[in-house]
Amino acid sequence: MRKINRKVFFIFSLLFFVILLGSAFAQQPAGDQPMEYRAFPYIGSRQIMWIAAQLHLMFAAFILGVPIFAVIVEFIGFYARDPMQRLRYDKLAKEFTKLLLIAFSATAIWGAILTFLFITLYPKFFNYLSNIFSPTLWIYPFLFFGETFTLYLYWYGWEWLQGEKKKFHLALGVLLNLFGIAVLFITDAWTTFMMSPSGIDEKGNLVSLWKAINNPLWMPLNIHRLIANIVFGGSIAAAYAAFRFLSSKTEEERAHYDWMGYIGNFIAIQAFIVLPFAGYWFGREIYAFDQQLGITMMGGFLSWLWIIQAILIGIIFLASNYYLWIGMERIPGAERYRLYTRLILLVLVVGTLVWATPHSLVASLEEARKMGGAHHPLLGVLGVMSAKNTAVNIMILSTFLSFLFYRRGNKISRVSWAKTGVVIQGLILFLAAFIVVFYGVRGYFVEAIVRIGYSVYQVLAVLSAIILTMILDIFMLRNAEEIGPIRWGKMPPRSQYALFLVAITFTWLMGLMGYARSAIRQHWHVYGVMRDTSPEAFSPTLGFAADMVSICVLLFFALVFFIFWIGHLGEKTKILEERVEEEVEGITTAKLKGGYTA
Amino acid sequence: MSILRSSFVHAILLLVIAILIFKYGIHPPIPQSLFLLYLIITLFGIFLFVSSSEETWKSFLSPIHATLYDPRFRGVRAVIFIVLPVLATYLVYLRVQPKIEPPAELRTIHPAPPDTISFRNGTIKLQGLGNPLRGDKEHFQEHVNRGKVIYFKNCFYCHGDGLNGEGHFAEGLNPKPANFTDVGTIAQLQESYLFWRIAKGGPNLPTEATPWNSAMPAWENYLTADEIWSVILYLYEATGYQPRKWEQDQ
Repeated sequence: MRKINRKVFFIFSLLFFVILLGSAFAQQPAGDQPMEYRAFPYIGSRQIMWIAAQLHLMFAAFILGVPIFAVIVEFIGFYARDPMQRLRYDKLAKEFTKLLLIAFSATAIWGAILTFLFITLYPKFFNYLSNIFSPTLWIYPFLFFGETFTLYLYWYGWEWLQGEKKKFHLALGVLLNLFGIAVLFITDAWTTFMMSPSGIDEKGNLVSLWKAINNPLWMPLNIHRLIANIVFGGSIAAAYAAFRFLSSKTEEERAHYDWMGYIGNFIAIQAFIVLPFAGYWFGREIYAFDQQLGITMMGGFLSWLWIIQAILIGIIFLASNYYLWIGMERIPGAERYRLYTRLILLVLVVGTLVWATPHSLVASLEEARKMGGAHHPLLGVLGVMSAKNTAVNIMILSTFLSFLFYRRGNKISRVSWAKTGVVIQGLILFLAAFIVVFYGVRGYFVEAIVRIGYSVYQVLAVLSAIILTMILDIFMLRNAEEIGPIRWGKMPPRSQYALFLVAITFTWLMGLMGYARSAIRQHWHVYGVMRDTSPEAFSPTLGFAADMVSICVLLFFALVFFIFWIGHLGEKTKILEERVEEEVEGITTAKLKGGYTA
Repeated sequence: MSILRSSFVHAILLLVIAILIFKYGIHPPIPQSLFLLYLIITLFGIFLFVSSSEETWKSFLSPIHATLYDPRFRGVRAVIFIVLPVLATYLVYLRVQPKIEPPAELRTIHPAPPDTISFRNGTIKLQGLGNPLRGDKEHFQEHVNRGKVIYFKNCFYCHGDGLNGEGHFAEGLNPKPANFTDVGTIAQLQESYLFWRIAKGGPNLPTEATPWNSAMPAWENYLTADEIWSVILYLYEATGYQPRKWEQDQ
């Protein structure tokens, strides 16, 4: 307990110190002129801020995403009928939480570094933001304190709050998430205010704090980040399980980490399925708030990022499906669906090709002349949102189908209406695909604003199909006959590399999209209100941005690897201590019995 | 095992088919950048195809393994180890040799418009701005006809009589003039955006929108605001597209 107190004390002392120092520093004029910017040696202010902000955000996303599904897994365990299942899920939830515990300090440290850099390198800007948001800056540490304290109670009280007291433990888990979400929402208010400032007068003075918080982009970003955090947390947890799987020494360990990897990937993919919809809403609100922001993002110099995004998302879809397909090899009976998985692969590849087709192509003079311009007369059609929305929705449906095959791999339905059920499921999915394609094609023949509205119908068709099919499936597979048990642990190593690929690609994607979100402000700290007058007030090239994102991803994984390694060391020490204790106990018992001879 | 059942052969066949489609199946031919993009995605898909089950994965690896380790294939191995580095060297040579044509360009098609622009002696706020002539139902056709005349007096030399960017001067320009019949140009934009581009042309782009090559003149020096709005009306009427509305108009 002393260890925890010291840790909590350290983190909060640091936070309060940063805030106090921040207020003092930011309001302190240097000489006659207030200091606007300071230069960071060698790599420059913007680059160091970029790295600190990105790493803080990645760790923060992890510690906000993991508790959500750790508690869900704990709930599943709590309601499981089979005591073995109950124990298994409980252990898994605890293992997820263990990852959190280690990542929490890293988040706080990077948060502190970010704040220090912010105060020292951008004092005028920090002063402005803290003037607008000062009450939230006071509340924030308390929420963080609440989150940390609840996490420690949640973790260290795990064994204590078992049996009758388990409900209190679950309540603690829910509380932990509420604190986490509140922390996220507050930071999102600061971030989105910089993009869509509200609640201020023409000179930029605060008029309404609530309006500044509840600016047009606040809620779309809240929802987008909340879902993305679950995906991110799931993929990192799955990568951790893959790492443990590959380094496992026993069959039992391998089986456990195989299962953990599956659950992590499952959570990531389920949340990932709805993420594009949330992203689309966010993008649409950006466009609605300001045409310039919208065009810079989608049609301006950042438009090429969306092609990279399409490739990355295509890789995530392909790799996660691939993981499921390999996983079906260890499910007796799942070979029935192999042909279908091949067709799904074809659909996913074609979907990625469509999604990654740019509207204006990178072409040499000769190539452009052959095409008759920068737009290809045939493929140019695939470069607009109608085609891309159609592709992504079909890919989501296909991924869901993969999951459905995986789920029923070793099961044979016993209900009398099983065949009819399968036909209905097929019809529902076909209808959804038809609606998606219909509105995709029709989108070319209507005005832009109507076309944007069609994406809602496409999304609704896909989500409804997923929900309805899933409900049918649950009823169809109730008390189903099992062909054979899943052979957990019998996975080839390449399946685990697919989990690494998903985690790394998603992290990279997060960094890239974060850059896009931030870069659309261009030379503004606060869009249209506070101009960036520093020497670095220019938009970096996309290549440079990609390099920066890659550096952040490498640093993040190096740190994650280090943290996991430390956690692993802790486990080894614990095992060693237990062995010593057992031996000492053995010796004492033997001595007491008089049978021990040195 | 029959050679046709080998996953390795399947992979090669799929790759060849994909190359043939991307290289020769699409007309006009696609640029090298897109060809490479398509090829990488397809290769990734093929890799997943052969490795997603133990059976196909073993079948795929078997000829590779045999070539690398089987003493019977020593000759083939030697040829491969000579041909591959030579091929790689040749590809590097092709890549680094000096070319006389300008490099492929990553051009921004839609530069972001400013919130307000100067127009002659006044200022126009673009955000939320619609075409003032669109509401004039009584004289709508007159405005369109007037726009048509202005278009054929000034714009058609580059943008063409079919509004498809194939005017008389088009071949002399790089990049070629905008094709208004394409789904990705005026159909995606608000009318205020067109007003800005016509009024300011290439020379008066804001710094944040550059580099953006354009031979488009700044028509504010030659046309009045009403004339520009008339041309815009004509462009939408002639192509059959509807301009993008502002969200608040919905």
